[in-house]
Amino acid sequence: MTDISLHRGISLHRIGAMILRYWYLLMSSWPRLLELLYWPAMQIITWGFIQHYIALNANFFARAGGTLIGAVILWDILFRGQLGFSISFLEEMWARNLGNLMMSPLKPIEFLLSLMVMSLIRLAIGVIPMTLLALIFFHFNVYSLGLPLIAFFCNLIFTSWSVGIFVSGLVLRNGLGAESIVWTLMFAIMPLACIYYPVSVLPVWLQYVAWALPPTYVFEGMRALLIDNTFRIDLMLDALAINAVLLVASFWAFLALLRSAKNSGSLLSGGE
Amino acid sequence: MTGNDKASSRPTVAGSTSSAAIEVDRLVKVYKQTRAVDDISFSLPRGSITGLLGGNGAGKTTTIAMIMGLVLPTSGRVQVLGHRMPEESAAVLGRMNFESPYVDMPMRLTVRQNLTIFGKLYAVKNLSGRIAELAEDLDLTEFIDRANGKLSAGQKTRVALAKALINQPELLLLDEPTASLDPDTADWVRGHMERYRKANNATILLASHNMLEVERLCDRVIIMKRGRVEDDDTPEAIMARYNRTTLEEVFLDVARGRVNGEREAAR
Repeated sequence: MTDISLHRGISLHRIGAMILRYWYLLMSSWPRLLELLYWPAMQIITWGFIQHYIALNANFFARAGGTLIGAVILWDILFRGQLGFSISFLEEMWARNLGNLMMSPLKPIEFLLSLMVMSLIRLAIGVIPMTLLALIFFHFNVYSLGLPLIAFFCNLIFTSWSVGIFVSGLVLRNGLGAESIVWTLMFAIMPLACIYYPVSVLPVWLQYVAWALPPTYVFEGMRALLIDNTFRIDLMLDALAINAVLLVASFWAFLALLRSAKNSGSLLSGGE
Repeated sequence: MTGNDKASSRPTVAGSTSSAAIEVDRLVKVYKQTRAVDDISFSLPRGSITGLLGGNGAGKTTTIAMIMGLVLPTSGRVQVLGHRMPEESAAVLGRMNFESPYVDMPMRLTVRQNLTIFGKLYAVKNLSGRIAELAEDLDLTEFIDRANGKLSAGQKTRVALAKALINQPELLLLDEPTASLDPDTADWVRGHMERYRKANNATILLASHNMLEVERLCDRVIIMKRGRVEDDDTPEAIMARYNRTTLEEVFLDVARGRVNGEREAAR
């Protein structure tokens, strides 16, 4: 009934099967869909009004129109990208379905690739309406950033996947007791990524740490674009290089944690 | 004579016979201080149905998990359908399947959606035809478009069995397949497994606490206790050796350390 040759190498039909699995789940649950839309919408409305107020009262922000809203949108790409990845993974833990998947011909790399695609789908559902709200209510058109937006997006999504892969490995190894890391780890990066302020604000020694994080380059790049009308491609290339290292390292960590989970027998319990 | 003694006279992984569906050789699993599986060896021929018996904590689930590649052995070797596990799992996982109380099917998805996804993962050809066939065989038609979470325990078990059979596996590992089922449904499930094995010459390894189930289905029984193989033979031979008429009595003898119905003097 099955063709064994189809189980060798990376298989698009297995990745497609997993995407279909998450799509069915998303479409079967309106609270899940609402949650995707709700928080980004709240974010943009709150920060949009703050930016509007500051712009009326401060020359700098009046000049740098859109930096706050732009930062909020880019931060949401980073944060929601990781959540979209990790929540799809957690769905398997919550459903106690991980054993079924691990025992199927699905390979870890295929599983991770399907989670990456799902993070893009979830991101699109949440962030596209958010950008439209920013345009309609606050006259900030993120798409007017043009090609640099693609560079920003790619670097942010690569970082979000690296974090998502790593925390999924932690949950795999430690069970749902480690679930809170999924929701909080990105916030540990937040102050160092210099989302709302330039890197120069940080103490010198902390700037070295900040420059080790790809999102820092993106937010600096965004400010350079909006304030100085300069696209810093050097920043984007540096971020891409760090992201490549992070992706490889996170995949290696995931495999190591999976092996550790198989050693400890935690795949059988999968619980707390 | 213990199963370990007998197993040592059987072909092992080192001197492998490719006709075996499962070959386990001196398998050990240690969790921190606990030896969950302690130096067990056995070989299951293709087309056989074997019962794995033992009390809670005897090491049955860990043994099955190591055969599936879900748990890594501390030492020893496992070979499944001629391939070493877990190193060559890619060549094997598409040809085997399992059912276990330790996993569930996604609750929000309908039965059809679940079977579609697993069918795609297993690269089943003519998937809609296979799902229709399983729905007919396992009597799923009435609720095939209902969410899995809204099914009764018996219906869920049939769906889990359908998932386990979606790829027409050569090797089926079943961990407590009829637990929590009413006698009628359990009997129906046993009948289906028996028919499937005969029709497909499949190998089945069945971990169960239901002794009647094992007596009815299995042509061989491996009894585990504290991680070791306590006995390994046909149900009839084991019952004769313990001078008992049912496997349940044998199970109690083994669990309570009695031999031939009498308490060991040491206890």
